[in-house]
Formats: sequence, C-alpha cells, structure tokens
Amino acid sequence: MTLPPPWKSESQRSYFGKALVELGRRNPDVVVVGADTTESIKTVDFGKAFPDRLFQVGIAEPNMMSIAAGLAAAGKIAFASTYAVFGSAHTYNIIRQNVAYTNLNVKIFASHAGLTVGPDGATHQLNEDIGLMRGIPRMTVLVPADGPQTAKAVDAAAAMKGPVYCRFSRANVPTITAPEDPFAIGKAEVLRDGSDVSLVGCGIMTARCLQAADALAKDRVSARVINLSTVKPLDVATLDKAARETGGVVTAEEHTVVHGIGSAVASAVVLNHPVPMAFVGVQDVFGESGEAEELLRKYGLTTERVVEAARLVLKRRGP
Amino acid sequence: MSEVSEETITNLKRMAVILRRHIVRMTHNVQSGHPGGSMSACDLVTALYFHVLRVDPTNPEWPDRDRFVLSKGHACPVWYAALAERGFFPVDELMTFRKINSRLQGHPELGTTPGVENAAGAEGQGLSFSVGLALAARMEHKPWRVYTITGDGEQDVGQTWEAAMAGAKFGLDNLTAFVDRNGIQQEGRTEDIMPLEPLAEKWRSFNWHVLTIDGHDFRQILAGIEEAQRTKGRPTVIIARTVKGKGVSFMENKIKYHGAATTDEELALALKELEVPPA
Repeated sequence: MTLPPPWKSESQRSYFGKALVELGRRNPDVVVVGADTTESIKTVDFGKAFPDRLFQVGIAEPNMMSIAAGLAAAGKIAFASTYAVFGSAHTYNIIRQNVAYTNLNVKIFASHAGLTVGPDGATHQLNEDIGLMRGIPRMTVLVPADGPQTAKAVDAAAAMKGPVYCRFSRANVPTITAPEDPFAIGKAEVLRDGSDVSLVGCGIMTARCLQAADALAKDRVSARVINLSTVKPLDVATLDKAARETGGVVTAEEHTVVHGIGSAVASAVVLNHPVPMAFVGVQDVFGESGEAEELLRKYGLTTERVVEAARLVLKRRGP
Repeated sequence: MSEVSEETITNLKRMAVILRRHIVRMTHNVQSGHPGGSMSACDLVTALYFHVLRVDPTNPEWPDRDRFVLSKGHACPVWYAALAERGFFPVDELMTFRKINSRLQGHPELGTTPGVENAAGAEGQGLSFSVGLALAARMEHKPWRVYTITGDGEQDVGQTWEAAMAGAKFGLDNLTAFVDRNGIQQEGRTEDIMPLEPLAEKWRSFNWHVLTIDGHDFRQILAGIEEAQRTKGRPTVIIARTVKGKGVSFMENKIKYHGAATTDEELALALKELEVPPA
C-alpha cells in the first residue's frame, strides 16, 4: 500500500494548509489560532478563506494555546499551529493544564519538527516533542509520513474528541502514500509485509525504512515496514504481531532516541513478546546548522543506518 | 447606574459571610489549601454568582450561560463554596475538598466539578483562556459575557500581558477581568517580590478600560461590573483593592494565610468572627 518510487518530493505544510481550508468549508466550527508563523506554516490560506476565523496573536505561543482552549471550551474545534519548538516545548505546561487536562478540542499542528529544519540550527530543530507530548495524559500524538497523510491527519484530528498533537517537517518529503490509502488514528500501517525483521518508522524515516527494506531484500532478508503514523494511542496489536512474526524490530525516527517512538515501541514489545531491537534516531545531542540531507547523514538518520540496525538485530537474534 | 436595593446589598453581605465560613472550614478540614486569597476574592465571587452571572445550576452546560473563569486557581475554595450555595452541588460535598476521590480538586479541574469552567493552578493562563471564550461568544453573536478573576501575583506572569494585548487587539468588550489586588503573594508583598505599580497605568497603556474599586464594597463592585457591561470596543479590567484573609481579624493581611490552614483554636475564633447575620 505505498506508491512505487520514484516518489514526488512534496511539502507537508501545503497539504496541511489545503486540508485545513477544505475542513473549514465543511465545518464552520473550525477556527485557527496563529502565532506569527501563519505564512510559513500555511494557515494563512485559512485566514484568507475565513478572515473572521483565524486569530493572529503574535509571538505569544502560551497565549495561542490558552486562547485555542477557550475557543474549544465554547464549542469550537481550535487548531493551534506553529513550529514544533514553540508548539510543544515552549508551551508544555500550557498544553498540559489548559489543553490536555481539560480534554478540549484543541488540535496542535506543529511544523518544522526535527533536524530537517536545517540551517536555522539547534534552537529550531526540536527532536524532543514526541516524547514530551506522548507523556501527557489524554493527548493523541500523530506523525504523518507524507503530505497525503498530513491532510488525512487534519480531518481525523477534527473528527475525534479531545486534544491532538501532530508533528511534521519543514523540508519536502517523499510522497509514499496515495490519497485513497487508509489512515486512522490509532492504527499503524503495514506498508510492506515481511517475515525476518520489522522496520517501524515515522515521519520522514518511513520512506527510508522502505528503501532499507529494498536493500535488505537484495540479501534475501524479508523486512516488514510499519508506518507508525499514530504514536499515541499506540497500535499495540500491530506491533505485537510484528514482534511475534518477524522476531526483531528496528525503529527509525527524526527525534531523540531517549523518549521517542523507539521507547514507545520497546515498551509494547517488552511487555508482550520481547525480541531484539535497535533504535535509529538522534542520539542524546542537539543538532546544528546545515542542509537537511547533510544533517540526516551526520546524525545517522539514513537508509544505510536502518539497514545496519536491521542486520544487528538479525545477528543478535541468531539463526 | 441601575438602583441596587439595600436588601440586595444585605443579602450579598450575608452570603459572603456564609462563603467565608465555608472557606475557613474547608481548608481547616484538610489542613491545606489557600484561605487568604479565597477570602480576598470572596466579595467579587459573591457579587458575580448571587447577582450578576446568568447561570443555571440545574443545567451547568447551558450554552448561553455567562462564563466565570478563576485564573488564580488556588482560590478555588471560594468558587466551590459559591457553586454549592448556588445549587450546583450539595453543600455537604464541600468537606471533600482536596480529599481523595473528590470532585473538588485542590485546584480547579474542568469537566469534574459542576459549574467549573476552567482548569487553573499554574498561574497566568486564565485570562488567555477567557479571551478564547469571549472570541467564541462574539463569533456567534451571543450575548453571554466572560468574567475572570486574576490574582495580583499573576500580574508577574508574562502570559497575562500576552492576553492583555490580545483582549485589546480583538476589542473584546464582552470580557471583564478583575485583579484581586490583595498585595500579597506566596512569598511576600507583591511590591517586594516584583513591583506591579503603577498597575492601573499598565492596563491603561494596554488599551483596556480600567476601573479601580474597593473589592469589598458591593455597591462599587456592582457599579464597576455595570460600567464594564456598558463599555464598548474594549475589555474592562477592574482592579479590586482587597485584603488578603478578609473577614477574620487575625488572618487579614497575613502572608502566612496565603497557603496555610487554621488550627482548631483559630478555626473557632474565625467562625466566631464570621457570624452570619439573620436573613
């Protein structure tokens, strides 16, 4: 259920912006709060279509989160949208108290997550948001792998009751899924079946997991590829099945390995059917300025690393 | 200004004593909580819940109700006491405050306590939340209004001023904020911890309509709220000069009673001072 390569390279933000306008057309209760990033994150188009439903609050992300919560408390579906570093780390306790504890319909859509922010450097490369957000009770955490999934995440987030955090990239990403492919919150997608090892990716790393599976196939290693588009609630059934049927799991994420999808998946695997695992992701370090691809190479977020991790898992599992 | 009868004022004063008795007993009962700031805000809350707010205790979720937001969440004893006396839940339940399995959490929780409109505890979020509520009311051309009590300690919080700018930018004349200006925060006098004065000038320069009143004088409170309701094009902030621990002589203006309950002896003394006048 993936598109065959060569994949188009597309902007998740563009899909997000378009989906938001379409959602706004269908549902008059949808409102957006922005914090001086509406142009770059593409919520500006929603504001053009519905000028009285986009609230620009300036560089005041705590205010953005609490205003979104107030709007939601009065019955609106409030999208609070900015860069991940401001929409999660900077506002953590506002999200915790005003958005999650209240269980309100605030949908945080955070772009510019991870290393691929690029030249802006470590201050803007948030590699910690998945861990921060999945630790908050009542929070749903989504990491769409590409543009079409980002658009579907908009609709799915609006359709569910309660707070959602959805993170995606500034950089263009390969479009690996088709608009008609299924997407459901809480359901991991098995993109490719396989029996020797499971590669569980999210965001930009899912495409790399698919490429890694191709490389492994040349050596007659059959790799299952799972896209963890929902980090929370975790699709334990799909992960459990993968661990039982393939006997080894590799996770790959554009996020610190300290508390990202690797630890989420490991918790499930260890509880249900322990198998050897390996974790591809940012180690416990800050990023730096550079082009996206250069950074991914330097910090080990490559197809080759996923392949190496898979081999390590196979070796540890034994014959 | 519309005429407020002597009887109305007498009834409000009486209710305020009843609420203060609850505050002292609730915090004594569990030997924790924040009586001082509950008692300073007590007359504001009494005026709102027993004269101003259009709310329906039999239908707490009535969509067109006025919204009351307590930004200084630690003062929730006064909120719970008012909600109970207003009929949102049984008065007996007040003694479960801060205890396990209670609907009356140590700081307000949305969705658990009938009539509670926001979660607060970490300071400085309530005014922004109120801006969101007021925006929603205006979008839908609804007549309901938002009344928010902030603490003066919360004026330290940057987000308070983010909200102030947004309230003015959006011209939210359906939003009325109070500053419970009791002059004391957890560790001392506000002017020692982080000077706030000239506070009214700050709010004026943020383009709010600003009133300063005696926060224990019901006629001034009601007149201030009426003026806020009449003010068009911008939100109103009512800086209510209050006394921390108001109503019990030995608690008044004492930093200690920000976050300390009374002893058994003090409780007896306090209840003696808080004598409910005949109806």
